Parts: sequence; structure tokens; C-alpha cells
Amino acid sequence: MRYFLNRYQKINAWILPGIVIFFFLSCNFNNQKQVEVLFWGMGAEGEQVKSLIPGFEKNNPQIKVKVQMIPWTAAQEKLITAYASDNLPDAFQLGNTWIPQFVALDAIVSLDNWIKNSIQINSDNYFRGIWDTNIIDGLIYGIPWYVDTRLLFYRTDVLELAGFNKPPRTWDELYLLSKKINQLFINQEKYAIYLPTNEWAPFVIFGLQANSDLLKENNSYGDFSGPSFLRAFKFLIRFHKEKLAPIGMSQVTNVYQAFANEYFSIYISGPWNIREFKKWMVGELNDKWMTAPLPGPDSTTVGLSLAGGSSLVISKSSNNKEVVWRFFEYLSQPQVQIQFYHLVSDLPAVKSAWQDSTLKNDPYLRAFYEQFQHVVPTPKIAEWEQIAFSKIQQYAEIAARGVMTPDEALKALDAEVDQILEKRRWLLKQKNEKN
Amino acid sequence: MNSKISAAYFFMAPALTAIFFFFFIPVIAAFLISFTDFDLYALANFSDTRFIGLKNYLNLFQDPLFWQSLKNTFYFVIAAGPLSIAVSLGAAILLNSRLVKFKALFRLTYFIPVVTTLVAVAIVWRFIYHPRFGILNYFLGLFNFHPIDWLGDPNWAMPAIILMAVWKNFGYNMIIFIAGLQNIPENLYEAALVEGANSWQKFKNITLPLLAPTTLFVSIITMIGFFQLFAEPYIMTQGGPLNRTLSIVQYMYQEGFRWWNMGYSAAIAFVLFFIIFIGTMIQFKLRKTSDLA
Repeated sequence: MRYFLNRYQKINAWILPGIVIFFFLSCNFNNQKQVEVLFWGMGAEGEQVKSLIPGFEKNNPQIKVKVQMIPWTAAQEKLITAYASDNLPDAFQLGNTWIPQFVALDAIVSLDNWIKNSIQINSDNYFRGIWDTNIIDGLIYGIPWYVDTRLLFYRTDVLELAGFNKPPRTWDELYLLSKKINQLFINQEKYAIYLPTNEWAPFVIFGLQANSDLLKENNSYGDFSGPSFLRAFKFLIRFHKEKLAPIGMSQVTNVYQAFANEYFSIYISGPWNIREFKKWMVGELNDKWMTAPLPGPDSTTVGLSLAGGSSLVISKSSNNKEVVWRFFEYLSQPQVQIQFYHLVSDLPAVKSAWQDSTLKNDPYLRAFYEQFQHVVPTPKIAEWEQIAFSKIQQYAEIAARGVMTPDEALKALDAEVDQILEKRRWLLKQKNEKN
Repeated sequence: MNSKISAAYFFMAPALTAIFFFFFIPVIAAFLISFTDFDLYALANFSDTRFIGLKNYLNLFQDPLFWQSLKNTFYFVIAAGPLSIAVSLGAAILLNSRLVKFKALFRLTYFIPVVTTLVAVAIVWRFIYHPRFGILNYFLGLFNFHPIDWLGDPNWAMPAIILMAVWKNFGYNMIIFIAGLQNIPENLYEAALVEGANSWQKFKNITLPLLAPTTLFVSIITMIGFFQLFAEPYIMTQGGPLNRTLSIVQYMYQEGFRWWNMGYSAAIAFVLFFIIFIGTMIQFKLRKTSDLA
């Protein structure tokens, strides 16, 4: 109690001087002729985008872009608290699965009018699935900045030993290959594939591949126990059940080392790991790994993956929306996108930037370019993050450990998802009654 | 007389104002919020908040994850609480003994974990617990025990957290116990020595009873602190495996600040408050009856 008292007394003592100082500071800023734009970037992007600013300010001397870096781990909390206290910056970077939340909050504006009049930014310049993540109820709220998705990372030497000189193209091939790899390492504690149960992405990807919509009735009920998702879920859980994939996460404290030791030989992951694998797969292992697009359910269907990455969005509260748009156009120029790739290794969202020789000549990126033609967004509702991160993950682990059968787990998952979506159903009903 | 009282109020006023605005109002607001479905949508448009009465509390009692987190928290408090008090009392008695040299050094050493950053400590403990390369499994291996996946096995994760939490926290209680021990008059022990009491009898009949107020204080503080278990599992296991280390505060944090279900989160907070309140009352009651006996 004493502790709290002291703390609050201190806070109290600072409030008045704080207000006075703030008042004077804000007067000062308003007197400047230059327009200052505040942009929030996350993690490495927020750090590195700073070196792109001079190129923009040189051609727009009256504009000053101030970049604030916020760490990824706290990004969502910080953005939502900033919204609640009316402190959002003019523009910010937003993981494209977060866009529905900020649209629900009415915190960002639709960009359709600017896009219509823009020569620079046009939906044809972008991968279709990625562009789609920014569209909510027919309006576009973000411009793709960089893209990512997940696909196969695999050990070429282990695959060859298992009799595969090509990566698997279908689910059956993936399963067969995993069986063969496990037979190679009989009596050794090694696995074929790593499907961490604390990641929802593989489960959702295979569900989407099996043609499940994940949710039903205008995204207001869960559809995980439906036949499509069940099929995909059972397929993946079988890898855990038959010890083709390790269960739990503490066994694998270092994914790269485990991959280099053949602790597992196949891993579903994204472009952020290319650089790390290059660092670990050295010497003899240098050319013993490759990337490949995801296998599909059968030989006639392509393997879909998730449309990931970050978009650029404009706050509703910003007074400098026109200026921000000019900044976005600058960041979307192909040569700036390439520059950005060199700075942070984030894959460019603008397709023409992929013609650059460094991207074209990187063998690990070829599969990504192919995969980006087949990416789809996750359900575009504010509740999706909670459903994916807390519920799907939870029941995937329960089923992988055999606490529940896949059928039971998915029924229980649907029940919880339906409860999360109760508010959404109520809001939809309210809206319908109004119309 | 009257002017004295108003002077007292005058001096207390800043503190009381601060407490009122920064403590009572948020608590009352949270209590009211716990009867609504305040969430992300309500943040955007306040009219989307619904007053839902006791529904948050009723849902809570049907929420398997809430029961799981409650069970985990009780497991932790019941196992780690007495263990932590026993270890700190033992350490205090050892350090208070006249036979021990370099007392200050030992006191400092035992206290260091309390002031070390938990994040740094957690990284070291993650290495200790590592199933394949960890030093703990290495030692167990010397005695022919099978390696245990400490943080990955649902049955071992909580014991692992308990071990680490006890190690991290016992130094603090130890210092309080040492202070309590130093307050016991030496002549009582001398009298016992004259009467031919052995060390166990001295401990049972002198040390423990005279340490009772200290023990009560320590056990209440420890219980309250342990019910609020958060950082250890948050860093070590993120509540996994199978939510076996998910504590109630961590669940509250997740619901509130990760998913913005503020109403639900506030309801969890008040259930936790109620549990701690009852726990403290029981301890007071027990102490009173044992004093009378």
C-alpha cells in the first residue's frame, strides 16, 4: 500500500507542470510552416525505414516525416491504447491480419479515392491474395508494404536419401515422404517434419487447402467441425500421432540447429527465416536445403498458403492525409521497395520489384514468388486473432497430445468460437434491424 | 482538538486525493465494467456496450480455461507457498546461528535472486531445464533417471515453475525471518539450556511461538504474492503445455489486454480479489484460534 501511495503522490506532483510544458510545446509546433507527419513502424521495419526518409524529404522539402519505432511484441497493445487515448500517429504500419480490428475501431480510413486517382498505386501491381487482405466490406483500408507467406523449407540431402528428388506436391506425397524419412533414422530421436502445436498457421493453411471457410454464416459461427476442416485437421494430427512430428515446443529451443542436425527435415515457415537458415546451414550443409511451394490436397489443386505481411494505413484522426498519401506512393515505388528489401530482407509487395536481379537470382525466393500467386486471407473479422492465437492453438495441442480425439477437439473449438462471436452476431442483428 | 483534526486532514488531503482518483475510482470503474461486455467494439462506439448483469461471472464459471487457471494457481500457491516459507525459515535459522561465518556474504547471496531481473533468470532456468542439454537432466542422468522434458511435459511444467519461483523468492522472506529471529530474547534460550532442552524442543517451544506474528505476516504476503503468479509462467512457458501453467492473472491479462474483453477480464479480477480476501481471512482466523489454545 505504501508503495502505491508514494507512486501516486509522485504522479500527482508532475501533472500540473507536465500540462504547462506540454501546452507550450504544442504551441511551438503549430507555429512551424513545415508539415510534420508522424509514422509508426514496427521492429526492424520501423528501424530501417528511417534511412528511406531522406529520399522522400529531398523531393518534398516542405514535408518532414518523423518515424517512431515500436516493438512487434507490444505493437497491438500500443496501437489500441494510442487509439483509446486519441494519440494515434498520422500513419502506421499494420500487420494485414490486424486491419479488421482497426476498421472495427473506426481508427483508419478507406483509401479508395486516392487509389482511384493514383498512377503509382494500382491493384494490378500487387499479388491478388495480398491486396485482398486490405479490403473490408468492399473498401480498401491499406496499401501492401511488404509481403510474407509460409511454405516448405526442406533438406535436399535427406529427401534424396528417402528417394525423393523433388519436394512433395500433394498431401499423400508429404505423408509418404515423412514416413520414409522416419525410417531412415530408426532408433534415433529424429523426426520428419516440424509442426509446432503452438502455431495455428499450419492448421489453418491445411484447412483452407481442404476448402474450408473456417467460419460460416457471414463469419458469425465457427465451421471447424465441418467436414473440410476436420479432414485437414486429422491429416496433420496424424503426423504427431505417428511420431513423424515432435510434440511440444521445448524440445526444439533452436529451430535452425535442429534443422541442421536433421532433428527434423521439413519445416513450414516464412521468408523471415531465410537469412537465419543461411547463417546456420554452412560448410557442407551450404547447398543441402531449399524452399518449395506448399503441397496441395491432390495433384489437381494448388497448395494455398496465407497472405501475410504488413500494410500502410492512415489514421482517421490525421490532419495530413494528403501528405501521408504522397509518402505511401514514395514507399511503393519499385526502386524504393527494392531498397527496402536490401535493408530488412522484407519481400517487396510491388510485383515489378521482383524483377530486380538480387531477388531474381536468389534460389530460395523463387518458391515464394510462386506461392504468392496462391495466397488467401484469413477471415476478415476483428475476433480472428483471438480465435487463431488462443483457441485453434489450444485445441491443436489438445488433439496432438491425444487428450481429445480430433472430432471432440473441433466440436469444443466450435463451441468456444461461437461464444466469442456472440457479440458479432448481436452487432449484425442490430445493423439489419436498422436497415 | 478540532483544529488538530482539520490540520491532519489538510496534510492527508494530497495523499487521499491521489488514492481516491488513482485507486478507488479505477476499482469502482472496473467493478462496474465487470457487469458489461465492454470490448473492442465498445472502445470504438460506446453505445455498443451492453449491460449484461452477472453474465460475465456465470460464463466464467462455465469456462474450462478459467477452472484450469484456477486449479493451476491453487496448485502453485499450495505447493510453493509452504515450501517457500519452509526454505526461507530454514535459511534464516541457519544464517542466524552463531556457528556460521561470513553471514553478510550468505545473506547477500541468498538475496540476489530476489533483485535479479526475472527475464534474465528465466533464460538461465530455461537452459537448466532443457530436456536434451540441460544441467538438471544431466545430474538426474548420473543417478540413472530418465530425462524429463521439464517445461514441455504437462505434468512437470508446474513443478518446474514452482522450483524456480521458490528459488527466486525465498530470499525476501528470509530477511524478514532473520529480523524476527533477532527479536527473540536470548535469555529464553539460556533458560531452556539450563533446563536441558534439546534443539528441537527449543525450536518448537521458543522459536516457533515467538516467530508467530512474523510467520503470519510472511504467509499472508507470500500467499497474496503467489496468487498473483504471472511473470514466471509468462516468460517460461506462456501458460503451456496444455495450459497447465496458465495462472489466473495471466488469463486475466490475456483476456483484457490481448483480446480486449475488458468486461470479462474485470470479472476475473474480482473473483481473484475475493479468493485472496477469503484466504487472508482464513489465515487470521487460524492464527486467532491457535493463540487462544
